[in-house]
Amino acid sequence: MAQSLLTLLVCQGLGELIHRVTALPLSGPIIGMIILLGLMVMRTGPSKELRAAANSLLGYLSLLFVPAAVGVVAYLPVLQREWLPIAVALFGSTILGMASAALVMQAVNRRYPSRFGQQIGLQVGEAGDDE
Amino acid sequence: MIGSLARIAAGVLEIPVIAVILTWLAFEVGRWAQRRFRGSALVNPVLIAATLIIAVLEPCGTSYETYMRGAGLIHFLLGPAAVALAVPIYDNIDRIRHGAAGVLAGIAVGATVACVSAIGLAWWLGASEGVVRSIAPKSVTTPVAIGISEEIGGRPSMTVVFVIVTGIIAAMISGRFFDWIGVRDWEARGLAAGVAGHGIATAQILSVNRTAGAFAGLAIGLTGLFTAILLPIAIRLLPIIGLG
Repeated sequence: MAQSLLTLLVCQGLGELIHRVTALPLSGPIIGMIILLGLMVMRTGPSKELRAAANSLLGYLSLLFVPAAVGVVAYLPVLQREWLPIAVALFGSTILGMASAALVMQAVNRRYPSRFGQQIGLQVGEAGDDE
Repeated sequence: MIGSLARIAAGVLEIPVIAVILTWLAFEVGRWAQRRFRGSALVNPVLIAATLIIAVLEPCGTSYETYMRGAGLIHFLLGPAAVALAVPIYDNIDRIRHGAAGVLAGIAVGATVACVSAIGLAWWLGASEGVVRSIAPKSVTTPVAIGISEEIGGRPSMTVVFVIVTGIIAAMISGRFFDWIGVRDWEARGLAAGVAGHGIATAQILSVNRTAGAFAGLAIGLTGLFTAILLPIAIRLLPIIGLG
């Protein structure tokens, strides 16, 4: 389990290095996520230990955001002067962004079930099942 | 009497492990509260925990920097946790391949709408240019958003605030809201949570449904990439279409 944490850290470390060297507009941890995903696809899945470590970390994912959120609550008075445009923009754009993403994905998947995947060669397995 | 008690408490809070315990306990209170309200997304444990912690730090006169000497250890785990999202994504990889068209369309439209409506609403209501530029990347995961903010002339520290608040808003509306707009599909719900509310909304929806969490995790990465490419171009176009 502790060893699996090392695996996660090494992936993140590689991601940070790639981020530094290539100036890719993705953060180190996200690049690390892609690396780990690639490794699992090549090695047909995570080990039992890695799965356990990932599950226990992700089970507490919300907790990990608390320190950053504390910083935000302390910063809020600074934004007092422009609170109305800020509040409306944050609420409005979050609702609109979330609704549009969900509705578009649902509509596209109902209309074109899995065809796109075949075209770009991503489709494996039950190709054409729902056509 | 109260003054000296506060001084003792401030001294105790300087011990890193105390800050860790305080953070974790405050979060458990938040989670307990959420359970009491039958898991409602509206009762957000992150917001409750942060508020409780401020209520302890403030009267003791403990600075954020001092608090972070301990709490930074929890914050540090965000990195490996983001990498760990690869596991639920891997478990759902066939669904993702199957729905690739919807995933890409949902991310492109959702990220664009979130970005453009944030800029538009802030501008329309008379926010200063610094706020407009800082608010633009607010739906993107924090480290990527900081990079975008720097590139388009925003203030990174302000962007962090907008990103976190956005995540909490998205987490809070990621429940009933989908029923109202008629989205029953967990894949679409998860994707939308990740697009609009990055890691914080992902954490909320992952605690409800694992498949939704996988799509949310995927959306964090793709939304970051898409916005990082789109936004610097869009901001340069603003003067051309007569804004700014």
